[in-house]
Amino acid sequence: MSILEVSGLSRSFGGLRAVDGVGFDAEPNRVTAVIGPNGAGKTTLFNLIAGSLAPDSGRVVFDGSDITGLKPYRVARKGIARTFQAIRLSERMTALENVMLGRHVRSRAGFPSGMLAAPWTRGEERSIREEAMKAIELLGIADYRDRETGGLPFGIQRSVELARAIASEPRLLLLDEPASGLNIRETRALAGLIALIRARGITILVVEHDMSLVMDVSDEIVVLNFGRKIAQGNPRDIQANREVIDIYLGEEDA
Amino acid sequence: MPLELILQYVFSGLVYGSIYAAVAIGFNIIYNATGIINFAQGEFAMLGGMTASTLAGLVPLWLAVTAAVALTAASGAAIERIFLRRVARAGVLKMIVATIGLSILIRETALLAWGESVRTLPFFSGNEVSSLSFLGAHFSPQVFWVAGSTALIMAGLTAFFKFTLMGKAMRGCSANRDGASICGIDPGRMVTIAFGMSAGIGALAGCVVAPLTQTHYAIGAELAIKGFTVAAFGGLGNSVAAVIAGLALGMLESFSTAFVPEAYKDVVTLCVLLALLFAKPTGLFGSRAASMKEY
Amino acid sequence: MAGLKRYLPVLACALCAFLAPPLLAATKTAYLLTQLTMSAYYALASLGLCALMGYAGQISLGQAGFFAIGGYASSFISKVDLSPFASGGFVKFLGFSGLLVRGADAYGKAVLSISPWVACLCAVLLAAGIAAFIGTPVLRLKGHYLAMATLGFGIIIERIVRGTQGLGGADGLSGVPPLPILPGLAVTGERAARAANFTIAWLVLALGLLALVNLVGSRAGRALRALRDGEEAAGATGIDTSRYKLNVFVIGAVYAAVAGVLLTHYNGSIGPGEANFAKSVRYVAIVAVGGMANLSGTLVAGLVLNFLSLRGVFGRFDDAVFGIILVLVMVFAPAGKERGLQVFRRRKGAGG
Repeated sequence: MSILEVSGLSRSFGGLRAVDGVGFDAEPNRVTAVIGPNGAGKTTLFNLIAGSLAPDSGRVVFDGSDITGLKPYRVARKGIARTFQAIRLSERMTALENVMLGRHVRSRAGFPSGMLAAPWTRGEERSIREEAMKAIELLGIADYRDRETGGLPFGIQRSVELARAIASEPRLLLLDEPASGLNIRETRALAGLIALIRARGITILVVEHDMSLVMDVSDEIVVLNFGRKIAQGNPRDIQANREVIDIYLGEEDA
Repeated sequence: MPLELILQYVFSGLVYGSIYAAVAIGFNIIYNATGIINFAQGEFAMLGGMTASTLAGLVPLWLAVTAAVALTAASGAAIERIFLRRVARAGVLKMIVATIGLSILIRETALLAWGESVRTLPFFSGNEVSSLSFLGAHFSPQVFWVAGSTALIMAGLTAFFKFTLMGKAMRGCSANRDGASICGIDPGRMVTIAFGMSAGIGALAGCVVAPLTQTHYAIGAELAIKGFTVAAFGGLGNSVAAVIAGLALGMLESFSTAFVPEAYKDVVTLCVLLALLFAKPTGLFGSRAASMKEY
Repeated sequence: MAGLKRYLPVLACALCAFLAPPLLAATKTAYLLTQLTMSAYYALASLGLCALMGYAGQISLGQAGFFAIGGYASSFISKVDLSPFASGGFVKFLGFSGLLVRGADAYGKAVLSISPWVACLCAVLLAAGIAAFIGTPVLRLKGHYLAMATLGFGIIIERIVRGTQGLGGADGLSGVPPLPILPGLAVTGERAARAANFTIAWLVLALGLLALVNLVGSRAGRALRALRDGEEAAGATGIDTSRYKLNVFVIGAVYAAVAGVLLTHYNGSIGPGEANFAKSVRYVAIVAVGGMANLSGTLVAGLVLNFLSLRGVFGRFDDAVFGIILVLVMVFAPAGKERGLQVFRRRKGAGG
């Protein structure tokens, strides 16, 4: 059974139909990429799935439960983590603290125990720190862990955000243009990371412009144009698909 | 309730409503020009009345009022140039907080200058006991001055924004700052003028109602919040709606004194205003688009 | 790890609490002690606002309102004479639970009142309840709407306490009974108890600060800081931002109310001036100059500025000074994301 089933998803802004009746399934433990020209509705689609936007119509079902229109924090608690196109980290907190935030959905201590520094939270704090460190080490940024993220190089910030997302042990990971702003070397490293994350049993849905990365890591590709899905298939099929070639070539001519 | 009493409340509501509307218009002008809310708006109305009350003893009334309006307008512009210009770079929230500090400063300066006593102005025509009657209700001729000046302000602003070069420049600035500066308009100057105008309008209203409502160094904060909520109620930036809402608020306040002790008059109105803010912060007539309207 | 250094201010406050005897001996007058005691309580209220403004990123111009709710409610409840209702079930129940106090008023007439502790608890619960009630809609507002709504709240409270005869009107309430803590120890302004009350005030301050320092370093504190730095990202990380904002709003209100209760019982009186706009601006100015998200900065600013104010150093410019401070902090604060002057800048993120 698919882990994510999107059906008939639509959303308009004023008169503009940003996402128009999009539907697709994402298979568990696979990498599904969503591609399309600028303005095709990819990020809006992400926002609809992740809950920061409410759809006008359609459904999003995650692992059997309907998450359509749920607030982002509820979606996160269901086991879906996301990264953002423009990096959204807490700039004044250290990298470690940012990644520890990723463990928020896996921990429980609230205000009273926080203010009292209750002994039973010590164990939890320790485990939060340990799990966060594991994610940090996986991404190879252990050297930066005690530095405020605001001052870190762009590529490292991207890694911190990714570490935060995987620290929550999600079952579905939404990556919004993870390669944006990365150079060739960093993009290759990213491809390796995506493979590593997939190997841990996490399903990945990625929006991306970088075609070589997409072709490299994806098991399945969904192509959007003007808010509609125009093709879906494995990388080889998509590369040979006339319509897809047209919209990209057409863009080049223009 | 007898008709005369209702009419009394109506006239009283008109008077207070006009000052709330004037403060609201001031908020809107500055909001349209800068995107910030000027917490010190209420203080300008206070300053107008207080300054005029001092000058009225020295020069003819018409001169006192004109001078008070001009002086307050000048102070508004000066405050913007000296303080707020520097804070503008740091962001909207900081500017709002700065205007909060400024409102306290202005208030305390007024306290130092004029003390705690309640002040008033002579009536523009007639005196405290002259009254006109309408359907059995008595009201002071000052009410005509109030209504008249509100109408004058509205008409003046419409003409200013529609027909004068400077008015059009300000509209251009509020719609698109960068575009305006490319055309040679200096946004900084527009902001200063906006502050000057808001201060002047507030001062004029303060003077005109002073004979009826008296004035006092501490009335600023209350005027600010009432004026702001009136502005917000009509949709920030939309001054026609603000006038209507202001008058409505004045009526509400006035009629509530029939049911609630005088001391709680403000509590009732403020609760209503809070409820409105919660229910629809963009205003009953407002929307994001409307808040971009001219003035 | 990073932890222990941030507890230094807490320790400092606790140590200061025991400075009372030497201070008294040195100055030979109780005025200094009183001013320091009152400063401690005002600083406590400021800390509550720091949590809200600095960590949850929400501005509130109504902190004085919650302070007044605490003080007035506690005074009123502990002063109410229940003798006319002595035969009723409620009063009997109170007597049975040992919560009644028999005393006499100024004219020697027998008076039956509620134990001040019950009054204190009720006052704080009332403040928390009101905060929870208005917090939900208020916190949905942003920026200037939020500032105005909290300002409106503050003015409402001020008008209510000023306009109600039962609350003393313009003169406020006086003759507020002491708050007994242990046999022989009570929160009161009596000369003999000044030194003990100084200790009480500074220990309460230390405890309040401790709770907040704990909070900042905890999971909830991390979530708050994330919330302050970017609500959308915080939501995506699974943080229920509305609930967290509301919690901090209530905490801030409780701190103000506790300060109000204790200060009122110490002074024996409270007036409508405690609820006015200028007072709320003071709290905002203190948090701003202390560095917004900086607990120790707010602590020091709150203590120093209130102490100077109580000593009359600012003279007639008392309120104006705080206005000036606010303007100056905004004008000279570093531009960009940082809000407020980071007077005591911390190197690492933790605890800052």
